[in-house]
Amino acid sequence: MTSPTLTQVRRRGPRRRARAATALTPAAGVGLGIALIWFSILVLLPLSAVVITTTEGGWATFWETIRQPQTWAAIKLTVGEAVLVTLTNVVFGTMIAWVLVRDRFWGKRVLEVIIDIPFALPTIVAGLVLLALYGPNSPIGVDVANTRIAVYLALLFVTTPFVVRTVQPVLLELDPETEQAAQSLGASRFTTFRRILIPALAPAITAGAALSFARAISEYGSLVLLSGNLPMRTEVTSVRILTYIENGNMAAAASVASLLLLVALFAIVALDVISRRVARR
Amino acid sequence: MNGNRLVRYSLRTIVLVYLGLLIVWPVSLVAKNAFSEGIGTFIDALTEETTAYAFQLTLIVAVWAVVINTVFGILISILLVRYTFPGRRALSAFIDLPLSVSPVVVGLALLLAYGGTNGWFGPALEDSGIQVIYATPGIIMATAFVSLPLVIREIVPVLTEIGTEQEQAARSLGANAWQTFRRITIPAIRWALVYGVVLSLARSLGEFGAVKIVSGNIVGQTQTATLVVEEKYQNFEQTAAYASSFVLAAAAVLALIVVTLLRPGHEESASTAGVTAATTSVPTQKDPA
Amino acid sequence: MSIEIAGVSRRFGDFVALEDINLSVPTGQLTALLGPSGGGKSTLLRIIAGLENADSGTVEIEGTDATRLPARKRNVGFVFQHYAAFKHMTVARNVAFGLEIRKQSKKQVEERVREMLRLVHLEQFADRYPAQLSGGQRQRMALARALAIEPSVLLLDEPFGALDAKVRKELRDWLRRLHDDVHVTTVFVTHDQEEALEVADQIVVINQGRIEQIGTPDELYDQPASDFVLSFLGPVTTLGGRLVRPHDIEVTTAPVPDAVPGTVTRWTRIGYEVRLEVTPVAGGEPILVQLTRTEALHRGLGEGIGVWLRESSPVNGSAAPAAVLA
Repeated sequence: MTSPTLTQVRRRGPRRRARAATALTPAAGVGLGIALIWFSILVLLPLSAVVITTTEGGWATFWETIRQPQTWAAIKLTVGEAVLVTLTNVVFGTMIAWVLVRDRFWGKRVLEVIIDIPFALPTIVAGLVLLALYGPNSPIGVDVANTRIAVYLALLFVTTPFVVRTVQPVLLELDPETEQAAQSLGASRFTTFRRILIPALAPAITAGAALSFARAISEYGSLVLLSGNLPMRTEVTSVRILTYIENGNMAAAASVASLLLLVALFAIVALDVISRRVARR
Repeated sequence: MNGNRLVRYSLRTIVLVYLGLLIVWPVSLVAKNAFSEGIGTFIDALTEETTAYAFQLTLIVAVWAVVINTVFGILISILLVRYTFPGRRALSAFIDLPLSVSPVVVGLALLLAYGGTNGWFGPALEDSGIQVIYATPGIIMATAFVSLPLVIREIVPVLTEIGTEQEQAARSLGANAWQTFRRITIPAIRWALVYGVVLSLARSLGEFGAVKIVSGNIVGQTQTATLVVEEKYQNFEQTAAYASSFVLAAAAVLALIVVTLLRPGHEESASTAGVTAATTSVPTQKDPA
Repeated sequence: MSIEIAGVSRRFGDFVALEDINLSVPTGQLTALLGPSGGGKSTLLRIIAGLENADSGTVEIEGTDATRLPARKRNVGFVFQHYAAFKHMTVARNVAFGLEIRKQSKKQVEERVREMLRLVHLEQFADRYPAQLSGGQRQRMALARALAIEPSVLLLDEPFGALDAKVRKELRDWLRRLHDDVHVTTVFVTHDQEEALEVADQIVVINQGRIEQIGTPDELYDQPASDFVLSFLGPVTTLGGRLVRPHDIEVTTAPVPDAVPGTVTRWTRIGYEVRLEVTPVAGGEPILVQLTRTEALHRGLGEGIGVWLRESSPVNGSAAPAAVLA
């Protein structure tokens, strides 16, 4: 064997060490038991309560709830806006990641902090923050409150870090020499971008897009103050669920919630598949 | 190359303008609006009885949620990395679930399971004197739920990276499981742990949707800081809403700065990746495609 | 001449990487750019490739002025130290890349790829991904990729630097043989004097952004232009205030004119070779002397014996000492 590069060591490391994992010892078994009990109490049981409440109502109730005009409008709006926001994130997120990795300028470290603000900011504050610039008292005279643009803005704000943070480490590991190699072989800048950079980043971009979509679909807090929750116009799925809960219609709330859960689950499975395919390569 | 420089400068400009309009400017306006009527009004808004209570409750809830998540997070991480058992892969995938579940769904789920009147376990728990929903335990659970994976996601990669050799060495020197854990494992993962804790704390202080449903939003009892922001804004007490928001936003940004200072810079990891060897070729790293 | 470099300078901020470099690289030859790390040799190679721009000066490749030509139009093959493999492509696709850029027909590409893989002995790995190859195999793939486009010059930047000693030696011999077959003008950067002496037709010694000396391995070893070249190319010791090679010292047990008297204070035998440390009677650093075992025994040398040292005139035109010392 020859000495592999550090990147390889890093990639191979976990796989080699995975063999170091041992079968459960009695103490670890007890630990696993406790962990599973808590995980069930906190996450699994409540989520199954949602699913079971849905199935108790039967397929007809589920379908009726989903197709109820106001709910259906909310679902269409949420999915549509989530798709738009995700596409925006794919383009701008990749760009931001590129600038963070390959560019050098004063204050880049500050930018690193700024990127994460949407992660850390309470969602209700995020809504208020956007309202300050794009609401009725906007200092630049742009008032989009209670419109679909507001929904787009809110979702964009809370999902901005996802693509950036998934693409950044991959780009960092990517040797700039591969791009130079492509150029020395005669590839134009565009060809290098299309055939070298994009294929290498594609899994990371997809992963970021999946996370961003899942988050956008389920967003609630940032929309409360900003979107006005106008039925048929700016009301999103999460708000519909809340309305059902407030009206005591748990079966309907559970039906819409199950739909969201399904999307979340799908995103997780997709991510798992993508990361495994990348690890294999 | 001129072309390269042009591409680099235009991308930089686009990115800075984009982030400026989407994040920096709006967030900075919170500070401006919070102090628009002077520092006195700002302090009055925060010391007002229900607001002060809400912040106190938020802090208690956040601390509980973080403690629970830290203990549970360390336990699960070690199990996932160091042991094999059936269902490990499924568990590792499910752990991330709370990050993708809508807070409203989280609230609904807890309501359906532990609701006092018609939840699965609610009535039984209430008979034995434990109220979960519309009380502090429910708020803690909702908060712990949404921030559950944050500690785990930080620790798992570090545990994987450090491997078992040091732990085995400690065992061979006569340390028992607890000593090995305390003197070898914990020091090795401490920065990741701090990072995860800070992130959890920031997330816990700011949870809104799930808490809104399980708390019942009772003023002076189960109303948390984020719920205060909503209520004040909707009652046209804008300055009060911005004052509370400012505190929450400041806590979040502070957490981020702490985390950024703790985490080693990306430049370092770039150079350890062995990208280039000679010092002369370092400046070429910034050359774009 | 295949590559003509005239008046090339390059700075990175305050750091002068290259200063007024003038160099001709002869067609069909294997030229080594040799020097310590950070001396500017990689920068020079990257300027020839167009991956870096000179602040001033011109680069001519095969008679055309390439100074302002972007890398992709120079038709040079470049091999990077860390392979720069396209990780998402198989070995065959990696090699095919440059040909596809040149819009060659599918059949042509296929044939050329097969030919190249045969040349670097990677036929059976055509469908593997770079991650599934060893370092040496990856570097051979990178070489095949660079050669596939029939470059006018082949440039290698510390090509074996990331490999372990054994593989490095194998690849070095193999590169020499490959060059004897393919005959493409080749420039490679190295900081390993043994590698340069063994493989190159011509060596350019670069230090602190300047060319110290240009010549064949023999010329450089036997007639170094400066103390730097002398000490960079092999072991040296100080005798009577002058730098000399330890094997160019004559040892006698009786006084001779102009000789430095001393005492053997250390005797180390390594195979057929004996290394002596001689402490001068006048004091100062011990002088290193290398001689064959036969010679040492013949003269009756041993620890504690008094000796006289003087510089022997080197045997002109003989590369033998280089091989012995390497």
